[in-house]
Amino acid sequence: MPIGDLAPEIAVLFTAVATLLFAMFAPRRLHVVGAIIALSGLTVAGVLLADQLGRTGTTFSGTFAIDGVGVWARFLILVATGVCVMISPGWFATDRRHGEVYAVFLLSAVGAMALAGAADLMQLVVAVLLSSVTGYTLAAYHRGWAISVEAGMKYFLIGALANAVLVTGVVFVTGMAGVTGYEPLANAFADGLIASPLLVAGLAMVAVGIAYKLGAAPAHTWVPDVAEGAPVPSAAFLTVVPKIGAAVAFARLVTAVPPDALALRPLVATIAAVTMTIGNLAALRQQDVRRLLGWSSVSQAGYVLMAVVVIDLDTGAPTALVAMLGAYTVGNIAAFAVVADLRGRTALSDYSGLAARRPLDAVVLALAFLSLVGIPPTVGFFGKFAVFEVTIAGGYGWLALVAAANTVVSLIYYARVLSPMVFDSSTNGAVAQLDKMTWAAAVATGSAIIALGLTAGLLLDQLADISLL
Amino acid sequence: MLTLAILVPFVGALVLVTAPGLRATTARALAVATAAVPLALLCFAWSRFSLGGTDFQLVEEMAWVPALGVAWRVGVDGVSLALSLMTGVLFVATIAWPMEQRERERQYYAWFLFLEAASLGLFLTLDLLVFYVFFDLSLVGMFFLIGRWGHGERQAAALKFFIYTFVGSLAILLAIIVLVLRTDPMTFDMRVLIAQQPLAGAGPVATLVFLGFVVGFAIKAPLFPVHTWLPPAHVNAPGPASAILAGVLLKMGTYGMVRMPLQMMRETFAAYALPLAVVALASILWGAFVALGQTSIKRRIAYTSVNHMGYAVLGIAAAGALVAGEEHARQLALTGAVVEMVAHGLITGTLFLLAGSIWARADTYEMDRFGGLAGVAPKLTAATVVAAFASLGLPGLAGFVAEVQIFIGAFAVFPWVAAVGLVGILITAALFLTMLRQVFFGERPVERNAFADVGRVEGAVLLAILALVVVIGVYPAWLLDLVNAATDSAVVGTATVAPGG
Repeated sequence: MPIGDLAPEIAVLFTAVATLLFAMFAPRRLHVVGAIIALSGLTVAGVLLADQLGRTGTTFSGTFAIDGVGVWARFLILVATGVCVMISPGWFATDRRHGEVYAVFLLSAVGAMALAGAADLMQLVVAVLLSSVTGYTLAAYHRGWAISVEAGMKYFLIGALANAVLVTGVVFVTGMAGVTGYEPLANAFADGLIASPLLVAGLAMVAVGIAYKLGAAPAHTWVPDVAEGAPVPSAAFLTVVPKIGAAVAFARLVTAVPPDALALRPLVATIAAVTMTIGNLAALRQQDVRRLLGWSSVSQAGYVLMAVVVIDLDTGAPTALVAMLGAYTVGNIAAFAVVADLRGRTALSDYSGLAARRPLDAVVLALAFLSLVGIPPTVGFFGKFAVFEVTIAGGYGWLALVAAANTVVSLIYYARVLSPMVFDSSTNGAVAQLDKMTWAAAVATGSAIIALGLTAGLLLDQLADISLL
Repeated sequence: MLTLAILVPFVGALVLVTAPGLRATTARALAVATAAVPLALLCFAWSRFSLGGTDFQLVEEMAWVPALGVAWRVGVDGVSLALSLMTGVLFVATIAWPMEQRERERQYYAWFLFLEAASLGLFLTLDLLVFYVFFDLSLVGMFFLIGRWGHGERQAAALKFFIYTFVGSLAILLAIIVLVLRTDPMTFDMRVLIAQQPLAGAGPVATLVFLGFVVGFAIKAPLFPVHTWLPPAHVNAPGPASAILAGVLLKMGTYGMVRMPLQMMRETFAAYALPLAVVALASILWGAFVALGQTSIKRRIAYTSVNHMGYAVLGIAAAGALVAGEEHARQLALTGAVVEMVAHGLITGTLFLLAGSIWARADTYEMDRFGGLAGVAPKLTAATVVAAFASLGLPGLAGFVAEVQIFIGAFAVFPWVAAVGLVGILITAALFLTMLRQVFFGERPVERNAFADVGRVEGAVLLAILALVVVIGVYPAWLLDLVNAATDSAVVGTATVAPGG
């Protein structure tokens, strides 16, 4: 049992324990040190993870996959968690439980990493639960604020239902196939496992359970509430980090089912189409920017799923999956970092004329939105382009058409924020700023949107041969 | 060298945005100087361009995403060189032209340079993905120019423009992906795509891809019935931005139509050339008639763009119809279409600049609020008269050269469509003449007695562009030779054929 294969996860776990111990004994004004401990731990984990680049195989008796997609996804999780940690000290400075938030972030990140590596249904359940339990805490972190508690409650209730569905689904699949690992499952299909109704139902239920973590239909309803009500760093975290893990977990599940054995791909394609459409249509009428970001994050999950649909159908699909996830991560986190930097400013009308007063924040938000739409040369374009390409090449042209129509719709609501922000000259008084570290996180992610877009050629080449077991 | 022509304005834009404390006059001078660099480079490129040489010349290539077959490829043929030269001229002119509302000058000039880089990049690139990137960048640049420096319903107009043309650009993106997926090994190289004709004999897929391209470029051009974004965008944009929108951005639609459907999908294009010609005819007539009904100067000019782009597309459609034995006529039509693009860019660009000065002086575009301006602003009047006559196709001016070739070519291929299309020319004449009469002649309202004539800079810019219009009208051979070098092989469909025609 090569324990070293889990070194990155173990590093994050130990860091979580360290921040927790620190928070217990340090006075509150020193809790910011917890952020530094967390960032150091994440860096160490990143270095340990880099060691796994180029490896392909499973570990721990086939329950945990180490492959290109998994390594890159876990790397993204580390980076995204790092940015969320950066925007936290300012936000939680007045919270009595400031120091503990880092421990919860890190534990949740471990859950997401486990999700990204899950090559076994039992492992999947454990990962989803770890990620969920910590997620509830993060969403409801402002105990005294009704909206935050409501967000946490909604996340919890839908989560409880979705997790129950997931576990039941796992039981069905295990019962019918007699195995829990994906590789044995694929072998069972190859040996003539019949797609009995119970097996189909079980797989569909597992899909629903993963869709919950991904924020995809039919278990997406928590996303806007969490985006609006949870503390902004938590919202940034919950709309990104678990999704990365869930998307990869979904891809692994789809890989385990051969296309001709069972129509899982059309089901995922339908989920993708419904998710992006619901997300975009709902975002259209929002008057609250955080809620709007929540719905936009739902729609982006739909685009991510496009790559999952064609996994194994087109050789470029794993690359496209990672590219799209990366693009989404950077764009979404940048947007939330700006919201945090503006101290959670959320009413749409409060954004008008922002460009004149806070040009850098406005530029980063504009870049984030353009990236989420997929306008070149932002990184979002390359993510979307890769996804469109593999979807068409994989024979799902109709899904690409739906996605293109959705992209146009998404431009409308992003522009509803963007255009008053840039074009109006009205001033609504001074704009408060959170702190330097948040500002730095916003600028860093904003620059990354352009920098990654300009170097997309190199990155896509790096990702060209990555594999998914 | 061509790469430099794209990079210099980008860098200039970046400098303008990041240099604080730059005074407005310095910013403008810097912008004009920066805009002149690509023009000079392109003139140099022109001097190196060999009329009898290969299709694409002065090629520069640099790997970018080898895995996908994407690379930074630039190069020119006669069509793209003519269009990028026109672009270079028009950008120098519009940047030199005084701003309507003097605010945030640095950003204003930065966006113009950004747009120049994007436009030149689009015409000069030989890579489809890079083409798409520049196509979208041009949308972003124009969106900000209209939304920030426009007037009236500027935000709504900017948004409508952005969304409408973004629909088109996504249609193009999907079409590009399907087209490129058919190549093996996968490549976005336009030269390879033109040579391989990847969708030949592909049946319904080819039709869908063709439709994607045509819809996308028709929105951009714009053709009836997807032109409705154009009037509000023009009316609310500042004059110089309108000039670029009409002069350069619309050409991206017709240029794309030549480059992609016509050159890369010859077979499919031929099958649908007649429907395309009918759509072009509808645009010609609709643009002319609706323009005639407008009471606002700028709206009237805006609708003539729909009409003129209709001529250009008619020429392209005629060129793509594989009618046996009419190669010469088809080439004539295509050359006419390209010359129309250049001429329309210069002429309508000028008209929009003039409309911008009228707005800057009177704050209105309504024709009935004007009259007898010839008395107070003789230079403005003279320039408008020349530009209007050029636009309606008076012999001796650039528009005539273009239209006469388009119609001669089209008559050979689609005689009925061309015959009905001639009505458009008549109406255009009527609408320009009535506009001139109303605004510049007759009785002058008292409020217009203090109407100032064009200033020194404006005068110089007008003189330069209109001189070019006259030169093309009187002695078009240099431009025709340049364009013919490309249209020859585009129509005949073989690699390189001796120029001439």
